[in-house]
Amino acid sequence: MPKARTGIAGFDEITLGGLPKGRPTLVCGGAGCGKTVFGIEFLVRGATEFREPGVLLSFEESPADLTANVASLGFDLPKLQARRKLAIDHVSIDRSEIAETGEYDLEGLFIRLGRAIDSIGARRVLLDTPEALFAGLSNTGVLRSELRRLFYWLKQKGVTAVITGERGHGTLTRHGLEEYISDCVILLDHRSQEGSVTRRLRILKYRGSTHGTDEYPFLIDQEGISVLPVTSLGLAHKALNGRVSSGIPALDNMLGGPGFYRGSTILLTGTAGTGKTSMAGHFADAACRRGERTLFFAFEESPSQIVRNLKSIGLDLGRWVGEGLLQIEAARSTSFALEMHLVRIHNLIERHRPRVVILDPITGLVPGSAEREITALVLRIVDFIKQRGATAFFTALNTDDNAQSTSVSISSLVDSWILLRNIEVNGERNRVLYILKSRGMAHSNQVREFLLTDKGVQLRKVYLGGGTVLTGSARIAREAEERREELRRGIEDGRREMSMRAGLAAIDARIAALHAKRERHTRELAQLSEEVAARRQAVSKESEELKRSRGDA
Amino acid sequence: MRETGDTGKRPVRAEKKSMKSTTAVRAKSRAAGGAKPDVKYSLRLYVAGQTPRSLQAISNLKRICEEHLAGDYRVEVIDLLQKPQLAAGDQILAIPTLVRAIPKPARKIIGDLSNTEKVLVGLDVRPAT
Repeated sequence: MPKARTGIAGFDEITLGGLPKGRPTLVCGGAGCGKTVFGIEFLVRGATEFREPGVLLSFEESPADLTANVASLGFDLPKLQARRKLAIDHVSIDRSEIAETGEYDLEGLFIRLGRAIDSIGARRVLLDTPEALFAGLSNTGVLRSELRRLFYWLKQKGVTAVITGERGHGTLTRHGLEEYISDCVILLDHRSQEGSVTRRLRILKYRGSTHGTDEYPFLIDQEGISVLPVTSLGLAHKALNGRVSSGIPALDNMLGGPGFYRGSTILLTGTAGTGKTSMAGHFADAACRRGERTLFFAFEESPSQIVRNLKSIGLDLGRWVGEGLLQIEAARSTSFALEMHLVRIHNLIERHRPRVVILDPITGLVPGSAEREITALVLRIVDFIKQRGATAFFTALNTDDNAQSTSVSISSLVDSWILLRNIEVNGERNRVLYILKSRGMAHSNQVREFLLTDKGVQLRKVYLGGGTVLTGSARIAREAEERREELRRGIEDGRREMSMRAGLAAIDARIAALHAKRERHTRELAQLSEEVAARRQAVSKESEELKRSRGDA
Repeated sequence: MRETGDTGKRPVRAEKKSMKSTTAVRAKSRAAGGAKPDVKYSLRLYVAGQTPRSLQAISNLKRICEEHLAGDYRVEVIDLLQKPQLAAGDQILAIPTLVRAIPKPARKIIGDLSNTEKVLVGLDVRPAT
């Protein structure tokens, strides 16, 4: 089915291309739901972005009122009229000055509309809202058949039309326009919740086309309507291989060395006072050190408060703010409705184009709102940030130290999840952190104690004493005990060494004595053999002399 | 006043006591007609082409004027197929529509004018009963 793009942010995604081209679409909803704005934006975008001039046939508000009302949305209707991109006609009927007698039809309306369409070659038409006719004319039979003819006629003309209708009791429109417009029906709605209003859009019907069936929050701001599609961005984002440091070297090591994946989504949960903002500050500082633009959304503290507080742990974010690398955006969570937060985040990300986005804390964003809504909100933000290749860092408040459940629905959306906890033991609270998950990287399974020092967050060395992780003074006590043990062992070792050495010395002495004895023996032996030889010589000499004296020779 | 389709806007000046529609054409704009009333009733009948209903309305109007307005009126028949630009000025939606431009305030009667009584009430010729 050919479609006409509306140009309304997000809407063309959920309808997979826009409204049915050349057919009428019914946009209905209660008073103030944004029907007219939807229709006018459809015309304005058509005229300015898609070269499709449009006709606005208003049955209620005067052109002057309409012009003034949408000027705040950035729509300059008089300019479009002057450029012949837009024609406005105002149909007003005052029942008090009209009498009816006999049969009639609404050919006059057709003629006016036809003339307006032909005068600028319009491809789009907005009828806002023809139901007003029912207030001015009493012959509903004629009106119904004429409206049916009108919608058919619009189709014949091949213009893409938006017809608005006010919601009735139990019906989509007060006078059943939905009976005649069956190609596409869009329902707008706005509900007040906890004092803040959320607008929602739903496609009830779209003949011949698939479409998203959810209720999509939308908002109207100075740039018109933005529909926030839950799934439009999908999971098509490209995974980036680069890594970014958490700003805490020891934590990077726990994540396998270089830190988180670039473009991933990091969730940091913890109870009050566990150091979530400090961790976020480190991450922001590290990003700025790399020269990356960073956007820090703070929902609980003002920018100057954050800068001051983080200075106490040695992080000078003020410097990065001054250099324009870091932008801290603070807003009380209650000051906007959910949708306004979304658009603000969207718009600031669009404008600032950060590489790193921090939201602190995401749970404070919409106090009291249902978990499902926060999940939807986070999902949208996650998709949006991922699509832009930026790294997202969320903190979330846990109300219960043991509860991982409060964040479970969010956690499935994130890539890395770090949990901060207070461990209360021996009359003190100590902070520990551990990595609950980190997709696609080897990561430490250890519970690490950390300290907030004036040089930032410091992870203590892993200390496993007696098979358990010890923190705080228990750890210190244990360490002291081990030191004493060590000392004792040292002394004992010294003693043993000395006795061994003494033993060795004794042996050496004995060896030396024996050596001396051996030498003495050797010497005596040599002396003895000399004496023996000398004696033998003497004996043989004596016998020679004896022989000679006898004269034997 | 049969000639409704050819020239579009066709001011028809009804002379006193008579309604010679074909001859009474005067170059009188609607605005001029409204500025200085020289007759008690200034009427404009909007039609779209020569449909049976339009013709019916024209003949009904002619009869009513002749019978009840005592010649003190002016009738202008406007064919919107010829002059579509005139539809917006008098906020014409329904066809046929009879506009009583004078006397003020303006009144509109829509339909084929088949109910004389209602037309007379609508024109304020006769008070509503």
